[in-house]
Amino acid sequence: MRDVAIVSVAQGEHRRAAGELNEVEMVEPILREALDGVGVTIADIDFTCSGSSDYLAGQAFSFVMTLDAVGAWPPIVESHVEMDGAWALYEAWLKIQTGAADTAFVYSYSKASPGDLPRVMSRMLDPYYVGPLWPDSIAYAGLQARAMLDAGITSERRMAEVAYRNRESARSNPNAQVVGSPSVDELLAAPMLSDPLRLHDCPPISDGGVAVVLAAGDRARDLVERPAWIRGIDHRIDSHQIGARDLTSAPSVALAAQHAGVDGAFDVAEVHAPFTHQEQLVLDGLGLADGVDVNPSGGALAANPMMAAGLIRLGEVANRIMDGSAGRGVAHATAGHLLQQNLVCVLEGGE
Amino acid sequence: MAADDDGPDTAGGASGGGDGDLLRAPLVIEYPFNRTTGPVVGAFVTALRNRTVLGIRAADGRVVCPPVEYDPQTGAPLHELVEVSDTGTITSWSWVDRIREGQPVQSPHALALIRLDGADTAMLHVVDAPGPEAVSTGARVRIRWADEPTGAITDIACFELDGGAS
Repeated sequence: MRDVAIVSVAQGEHRRAAGELNEVEMVEPILREALDGVGVTIADIDFTCSGSSDYLAGQAFSFVMTLDAVGAWPPIVESHVEMDGAWALYEAWLKIQTGAADTAFVYSYSKASPGDLPRVMSRMLDPYYVGPLWPDSIAYAGLQARAMLDAGITSERRMAEVAYRNRESARSNPNAQVVGSPSVDELLAAPMLSDPLRLHDCPPISDGGVAVVLAAGDRARDLVERPAWIRGIDHRIDSHQIGARDLTSAPSVALAAQHAGVDGAFDVAEVHAPFTHQEQLVLDGLGLADGVDVNPSGGALAANPMMAAGLIRLGEVANRIMDGSAGRGVAHATAGHLLQQNLVCVLEGGE
Repeated sequence: MAADDDGPDTAGGASGGGDGDLLRAPLVIEYPFNRTTGPVVGAFVTALRNRTVLGIRAADGRVVCPPVEYDPQTGAPLHELVEVSDTGTITSWSWVDRIREGQPVQSPHALALIRLDGADTAMLHVVDAPGPEAVSTGARVRIRWADEPTGAITDIACFELDGGAS
């Protein structure tokens, strides 16, 4: 295996609606900041990979336009995934492993605000058995929360505590959208949004993006003092048929963690749990030891740009390794509904 | 996409400025492809048209409903379709207050996972109920069939609470 590191991370200030900006205008400053951060231009990049969704952009091959913000002349080697950018990073990591590239540029973004996101997300479900029922993503997530409440492995209070902790942590995150929280008792006094979920149990709808530069071996050491080395990365998937799944666990998190080399001993963990009840499922799957700092950024409950919130978790861990505040961390990204697909990445400093 | 008749002012496509001349186009979310449903999904939706529900027997003997083409554990192809009941039990649910276009019940209702009698897994559908206090995990439900079946999951118009037995 080649040593590959994250050497630069940039993300925009996530917000409810980037109304006046189109996707190209929204991501261009983020892409430039990531490249400028290590003093490179797109000409220094061997491979570029992005993650975005045509269903959110409202048109086919929407990612091609965003290449205007990258600068694709002279021609570049480029790919795209209709997934969170964490999976674009996985593809770029593989490309570097093959020896076909030494540097890679990875970015992802979405502008979900023009549509009705909970309705749009029903389009990623089974088109025969589920899609024609148009279940919104919040009620759909509520099925998992209810299963956990019925099983007694979470409570409405514990879910509110997750919201409180993440949104309070977001106070130190300049990019966060939802910052600070009323008390847990005040949260619990709010009415149900979609029983058993209250508003604080759900992620915000966010427009935004993230960009990351990867480099192999000595190239990484040349670019930054403390590269955030990828020591393990893996992704796994559970059945799309939620009625045939045990919704009170996330086996694919545990499997990905096992294959990524997660052993519990970390300074920091950033997990991609859009709904409050899901954080516990991810942490259980990762099997972290006590004392790990979980989601110091506030996680997806503080800002949840679709297609980017997973890669942002990798970026948040990498930033803490590059600035020396953490030695070793684990990042998790999820895709699909109800934690269906999960990616786990172990990052650390050192040689 | 066919344009609506905007009347004589815009029939020529020219726009003379002013608020009344804003160009507008509907954005329709659709999946405009025809697909064949195959031997398992096809059998399931055809049975719905005849007001019966099919599951499929998995390698471990469990009945998966709605039926899948491949075993959830081993990936082996499955073939043995099994008729299950039109009554069942709610295994999880959430309440839908904000109704969206296309949803089967156009008033507040429950989204639910329902294990039909004779099946070992649950199917997703909606339950027409007066309020969240009327719904519970373990509640018994029964299919309300659509008046005019078309061979789709929506041939099940919805589920309704079954006589208070729980």
